[in-house]
Amino acid sequence: MGGVQRNLVALLLAALAAGCNRPQQPRRFGPAPSASAYPVTTNQPPRLVSVGTGESDARGEELRVPCVTCHSMRDKATVPESTAELKEFHVGMTFAHGGLSCASCHRGGQPPTLGLADGRAVPTSEAMQLCAQCHGPQFRGYLRSAHGGGRGHWDLSRGPREKNHCVDCHDPHVPKFQPSTPVLPPRDRGVTQQTKEASHG
Amino acid sequence: MDEPQKRRVALKVLGATLGASAFAYAMAPVRKWAAGLSVDQFLQRHYRELTKEELAPILRRLEAKAKADYGRDVVIRDPDPLEGAEFGYALNLSVCIGCRKCAEACHVENNHDRTTNNSYIRVLEMEQGSFDMERGDATYEHAVPAPGKYYLPVQCQQCDNAPCVTVCPVQATWKEPDGIVVVDYDWCIGCRYCEAACPYHARRFNWQKPEIPAEEINPDQSYLSNRVRPQGVVEKCHFCLHRTRVGRNPACLEACPTGARVFGNLADPSSDIRWVLENRRVYVLKEELGTHPRFFYFFEK
Repeated sequence: MGGVQRNLVALLLAALAAGCNRPQQPRRFGPAPSASAYPVTTNQPPRLVSVGTGESDARGEELRVPCVTCHSMRDKATVPESTAELKEFHVGMTFAHGGLSCASCHRGGQPPTLGLADGRAVPTSEAMQLCAQCHGPQFRGYLRSAHGGGRGHWDLSRGPREKNHCVDCHDPHVPKFQPSTPVLPPRDRGVTQQTKEASHG
Repeated sequence: MDEPQKRRVALKVLGATLGASAFAYAMAPVRKWAAGLSVDQFLQRHYRELTKEELAPILRRLEAKAKADYGRDVVIRDPDPLEGAEFGYALNLSVCIGCRKCAEACHVENNHDRTTNNSYIRVLEMEQGSFDMERGDATYEHAVPAPGKYYLPVQCQQCDNAPCVTVCPVQATWKEPDGIVVVDYDWCIGCRYCEAACPYHARRFNWQKPEIPAEEINPDQSYLSNRVRPQGVVEKCHFCLHRTRVGRNPACLEACPTGARVFGNLADPSSDIRWVLENRRVYVLKEELGTHPRFFYFFEK
């Protein structure tokens, strides 16, 4: 018997042995999720404390101007009812947010603050309270990560989580999600076949 | 030798030649396949029969193969299910806009074939008022959300009573203790019974060897999830177990621009997903089939 044949026989025997029944190994487990050790933070987007100028810097990033650049000097006693009343700055701002007016959210004064419906002032860092007073179902969902999204860990004992701010996705002046072009059109056989059948059916 | 006998011999020779060449032609794919198959690979046991010690060299071999085939250094781990964790996923249909960012994130995260735009998620454009996913269109190209439509992303529902697991003739697919239905890509024989059995069209077959440029390979891989699949096997969503079993959220959740997706531990009464199931209007796809999905759809109001 040649060497090749001997190897072949050994291989066949090994294959037979490997094919024999062998019990399943007991499943191993990782440590259970436990009490929260990491924080849940909320993103504080720059548009809360600055406005876009419509121009870009050398790197192509949007040039933004902090609100306080003007609002630390210009103390306006009143906030206009609508953008139509503006004669300078923020002129031409599109506004499509229910029947709200500027003064529904913005208050004059120093530093400029936001105002709740009951008249209480809130700093811009607490802007979400403004949204929450009308959008209760969304806000309650947001508190339980069922609206708004974010990044990080589902298991807070293993790592932190960062949530989006309302204004990360919704422009407070035009909050409706704008239509966009979908990405990654499917090209797999199942989908194209299914579509063909559907369109001919 | 007389004439008829000569003819008979000639016919025999002709027949034998034809037969031999036909056999050789028929076996050609097998020979091609066997050329890349090592003895170790051929003798490899089912995942569930392997001890950690036996699996380790297999993972190293697969890493070396990934390096040889795709030119990228990858790390293939085997994260264990977490003690007491039962994974569930919920999707907010009130806010999904059909942008397919989830499908794209899946495509990138899970090392899908670039030529087919493969993804474990198929986003169906549905007529408002219809719940029949068979009538959904997955190939829409216009701006979204379109008027009169809503969007239904469908991926593996990780059924507790999974038809795909029942039909597998070689037990290459099964349900893990944390609820994820997985595939041992090295045990799958590619019969596609599971693909036919799945009522959610959630399984994909690798018709060809996935093509992925080296720089686009996600090197964070695991044996049961996103390692590059061989040709001829079935694959499916695994709730990104290489991420979720170390506490992270699935890739599709992080990619969602509207925050429509909620992932979590169903066994933890204080988890976000439990809050959704207890406080929102929730339904599952094709409930009448009794598949008991771990994937839920809900509405905000």
